[in-house]
Amino acid sequence: MILRIEKREQGSALFRSLTTTASLLCALLFAGFLLFFAGVDPAAAYLEILKESLGSSYGLSETLVKATPLIITGLAVSIAFRMQIWNIGAEGQIYMGACGATGVALFSGLDSPLMLPAMFAAAFIAGGLWAAVAGLLRALWQVNEVIVTLLMNYIAILLTNYLIFGPWKNPDGYNFPLTAQFSDAARLTEYFNTRLHSGFFLALFCALAVYLLMERTIWGFQVKAIGSNPAAARYAGMKTGLAIFLVLALSGAIAGVAGFSEVAGLQHRLQHGISPGYGYTAIIIAWLARRSALGVVIVSLLMGILLVGGDSLQLSWQLPVAFAYAFQGLILFFLLASDFFINFRLRRVKETDDA
Amino acid sequence: MLEILLDATVRAGTPILFATLGAIINERAGIINLGIEGLMLIGALSGFAATFASGSLFLGVVAAFVAAFIAGSIHALICVQLRGNQIVSGLALTLFGVGITALFGRGLVGQTIEGFERHAVPLLAQLPLVGKAFFNQDWLIYFSFLLVIAIWFFLYHSRWGLNLRTVGENPTAADACGIPVNLYRFLAVACGSGFVGIGGAYLSLVYTPMWIENMTAGRGWIAVALVIFASWSSFRALGGAYLFGGVTAMQLRFQAMGTTVSVHILQMLPYIFTIVVLVISTLRLQKGASQQPGNLGLPYDREDRK
Amino acid sequence: MPNLLQLQHIRKTFPGVVALDEVSFTIAAGEIHTLLGENGAGKSTLMNVLTGFYAPDQGNILLDDQPVRFASPRESLSQGIGMVYQHFMLVPAHSVLENILVALQNVPLLFPRRQLREKIAQTIADFGLELDLDSPVWKLSIGAQQWIELIKLLMRDCRLLILDEPTAVLTPQEAAKLFKVLAKLKQQGKSIIFISHKMREVMEISDRVTILKKGRSVTTLESGEFDQNRLAALMIGNDRIPEWQKSLPFSDELVLEIENLAVRNDRGLADLDNFSLQLKKGEILGIAGIAGNGQKALAEALTGLARVDSGKVLAAGADITRSCARSSYIAGIAHIPEDRKAIGIAPDLSLDENLILKSFRSARFRNGFFQSRRAIRQNAQEKIEQFAIKAGPSGSPVRLLSGGNIQKVIIARELSERPQVLVALYPTRGLDIGSAEYVHKVIAEGAGDGMSTILISEDLDELYKISDRIAVIFRGQLVGYVDPATASREQIGLMMSGEVPA
Repeated sequence: MILRIEKREQGSALFRSLTTTASLLCALLFAGFLLFFAGVDPAAAYLEILKESLGSSYGLSETLVKATPLIITGLAVSIAFRMQIWNIGAEGQIYMGACGATGVALFSGLDSPLMLPAMFAAAFIAGGLWAAVAGLLRALWQVNEVIVTLLMNYIAILLTNYLIFGPWKNPDGYNFPLTAQFSDAARLTEYFNTRLHSGFFLALFCALAVYLLMERTIWGFQVKAIGSNPAAARYAGMKTGLAIFLVLALSGAIAGVAGFSEVAGLQHRLQHGISPGYGYTAIIIAWLARRSALGVVIVSLLMGILLVGGDSLQLSWQLPVAFAYAFQGLILFFLLASDFFINFRLRRVKETDDA
Repeated sequence: MLEILLDATVRAGTPILFATLGAIINERAGIINLGIEGLMLIGALSGFAATFASGSLFLGVVAAFVAAFIAGSIHALICVQLRGNQIVSGLALTLFGVGITALFGRGLVGQTIEGFERHAVPLLAQLPLVGKAFFNQDWLIYFSFLLVIAIWFFLYHSRWGLNLRTVGENPTAADACGIPVNLYRFLAVACGSGFVGIGGAYLSLVYTPMWIENMTAGRGWIAVALVIFASWSSFRALGGAYLFGGVTAMQLRFQAMGTTVSVHILQMLPYIFTIVVLVISTLRLQKGASQQPGNLGLPYDREDRK
Repeated sequence: MPNLLQLQHIRKTFPGVVALDEVSFTIAAGEIHTLLGENGAGKSTLMNVLTGFYAPDQGNILLDDQPVRFASPRESLSQGIGMVYQHFMLVPAHSVLENILVALQNVPLLFPRRQLREKIAQTIADFGLELDLDSPVWKLSIGAQQWIELIKLLMRDCRLLILDEPTAVLTPQEAAKLFKVLAKLKQQGKSIIFISHKMREVMEISDRVTILKKGRSVTTLESGEFDQNRLAALMIGNDRIPEWQKSLPFSDELVLEIENLAVRNDRGLADLDNFSLQLKKGEILGIAGIAGNGQKALAEALTGLARVDSGKVLAAGADITRSCARSSYIAGIAHIPEDRKAIGIAPDLSLDENLILKSFRSARFRNGFFQSRRAIRQNAQEKIEQFAIKAGPSGSPVRLLSGGNIQKVIIARELSERPQVLVALYPTRGLDIGSAEYVHKVIAEGAGDGMSTILISEDLDELYKISDRIAVIFRGQLVGYVDPATASREQIGLMMSGEVPA
């Protein structure tokens, strides 16, 4: 008897979600081993993650706070995914969005109700332009967008550093690399005496808008057609280059909105580490959500739990922040492996030679 | 002055050179590896840790190769055997590498080791201008020269190299010729990853002989871009890596000279430079007959209906 | 004659499809055994089982009466079974030499390049061929590429050679040369499996014929037991063939004029060169030629997918030379592409969505910026009925449909806007006879309604059957027109190899 790999017909939705869940559990298990070898009791650590993120109303609000930028950025990455375009630069686009919003907040002199919309627009444009560079290069000359968007993350972070160490540094800030605090007009509403701010609802609104755009409009139809088969789309008369450019720009613009939400809703100033890697987590979220805007929201909430828990582990066990990356990498590995079992099956083949 | 700059160029370029060569081997087999950044970090940490523990620089290099070989095998397993998405798997490898080195490197931050020393090559080191920069260096740099030649020879003058190129260009054809496609792909990814790991170790054993969290600072991504610049050739990779090394060396030189330009702006230069180089080499690629392996990025399934 | 190879009760399934079932036949040593069957009957699948690409679900393979199991092409090769695949197994970027080298056995790790080179050159000369060993393969004609494939096998000392539709890329004259080579190999005691659906060739060279129909082996006939009619009857069986009639004579009104068109490909070579053509209203103009002589470039230039270097394309008098795909569509030129799955459909989208891939902007299918789902669904229901498409569950991706149904989806979409001109590339390739006849019927009926068709095909039988005129293309140039009612195959064959008729 031998085992053979063969393609499967489309599996049921239940089977797909089961394998996805199983791969998440495997990642948890494996990360537990890593924690164990790094001298941390995994059971205690996981328990702490749950307690910190879901165990109290404050923890819950923190989870939503963390989920906010993840939802927005996850949507940004997932739009590009629909077209088989990889926006790995959401991290940098968040920074640029934050810079744009901060610039307006500090120097425009606007007052409410104009201030927040202007900040939003500045972030949207800044993030969009940043990604549009990669979009333009890709559309015109097929320059690999993965590498360009990624390298531009480093540039965006350095540019932010330049601003907060240099021209935008708070003159009354004892030389710390921070900008001045925003005025009240430049802050999003906060709720329930927690850090939860209206950016969360903005994120949900973004999810709805993205859903409608992608699933119901003729523009979304084009994006899906190009994503499914660019050659067929060209043959059908679609302008693929333009669409690629627009999709990357829109993706960057949405990621920029996450930057706006972070500075206006949470930090109230521009400082180092506005995003501790939300842009990278967003790639996983988009991949896990498998093209669905609702999926992005759900997965972002799960990731929010992880990040809130991770922050507390950092305090209580001195774990490096970057450990969250290792965990995310593991999730992706196991997800990819589970894809194999969704698309293929192992079948026993009888030896028929003697029959 | 120029001599010093050239010397700094070679030293700054060498980690990238190793990483680019490793990536070229991956891509020649048809597998994109975006995990180079993570692999370099894994190589850097394991190289440093092994040398710190044993006192032997040689063991450090071996450890870097082995650790990156193993980590690369994960990517190989997913892309080759499990036919997963190569881009996602590579990103996962980078994330994993960044995270796991941060976790296990905690105890080594701040420790120091004695790095590789320089050994002058007789006669060659006396050459004017280039002698010191290229032939009064450490063993790892000489090894990188050797590797450049060896990879070229392997690809174009050996049976295995021909097989490997065929696998990357057209795995179905390779299979029809009786070449074990998956074996070639797996080994290419794992071995290529090992060389990337040595590139990381160059950072932690020679360039700045210590371990710093996330010390590669995007060099892995630059290597990924340089593969295209090098049009998958090891000799051109040498040129590309030193070009990048030159920009880095100059940038550091400017900083040392105390210009009024912000450090942060200067630090952007290598990244901007890499994007420009990527654009130019992509344009050049489209003009001539493409050097890109024909099957790059695609999984191979023998039973796909033809 | 002793049996070299026996296949017994082979079964092979793919998700949702039984490709082969209960296939049995035997190959004797030193015979030319033809495998005959319609497109889609399972010939290529069966051969892929034999070469180790596909693992059969059931059944036995006996070689020299010993059971064998080929887990990979490597194992099959090592037993002396070699195949010239329909889609060549060559690396376009590598040189001819490298492509042959990689297929050789027992080449040492560091190979003696010069010595091997001489040996290869000798073999090529032995067969009276001319090949530049250092030229990259992509520069060669498709016919030459096929010879490289054959040389690879000959140098490997195969006992059994399989040729999958080798004559599809050859002129009748080149095919005759191939048959001579095959006869020589047969004399050397090698066995050959020859795959074809061209009756004429089958009659010419086969010792035995096995007929495959819908994935089953129907029967094996000895030489002398078969004639063309019998083979055709067995191959088609009692399938229902749609009835259609050739349209009335077409008018003299010109709908499309091509003047001195030149198109270069992305490697800078001329795909079309000084090409001129005239198409009349209601005419079915066949284009005959060996694959790779500029047919694809012609179709792409007409439909706005390829950039025209020089020359003019006039549609009903209007210059459309520089139009993009979208405006060609508006100008009334529909296009059935050569590679259906590669450019004809968006595989992940549903049937409904693929049917409006070109007309999605039309007011019928939208409410402002939003799509009108109801209209799209209704359109799909109409087309499914009109074109007898066997659709899967609503909303499932179109890639799950069979090849024939995908072709119907494309045709339904292309004809839905009542085009003036249809450019059809190999529209029946890979279809079973029923589906192929259906395509012919649609084209003929369209001609009756005034639609003109440019039918590009490599199948002379098809061209003879349906065309009003046949134009022959060679190396991107028009060689001349012939009347299918009077021209002989030999005449067309000569023109296909570039000889201008006196």
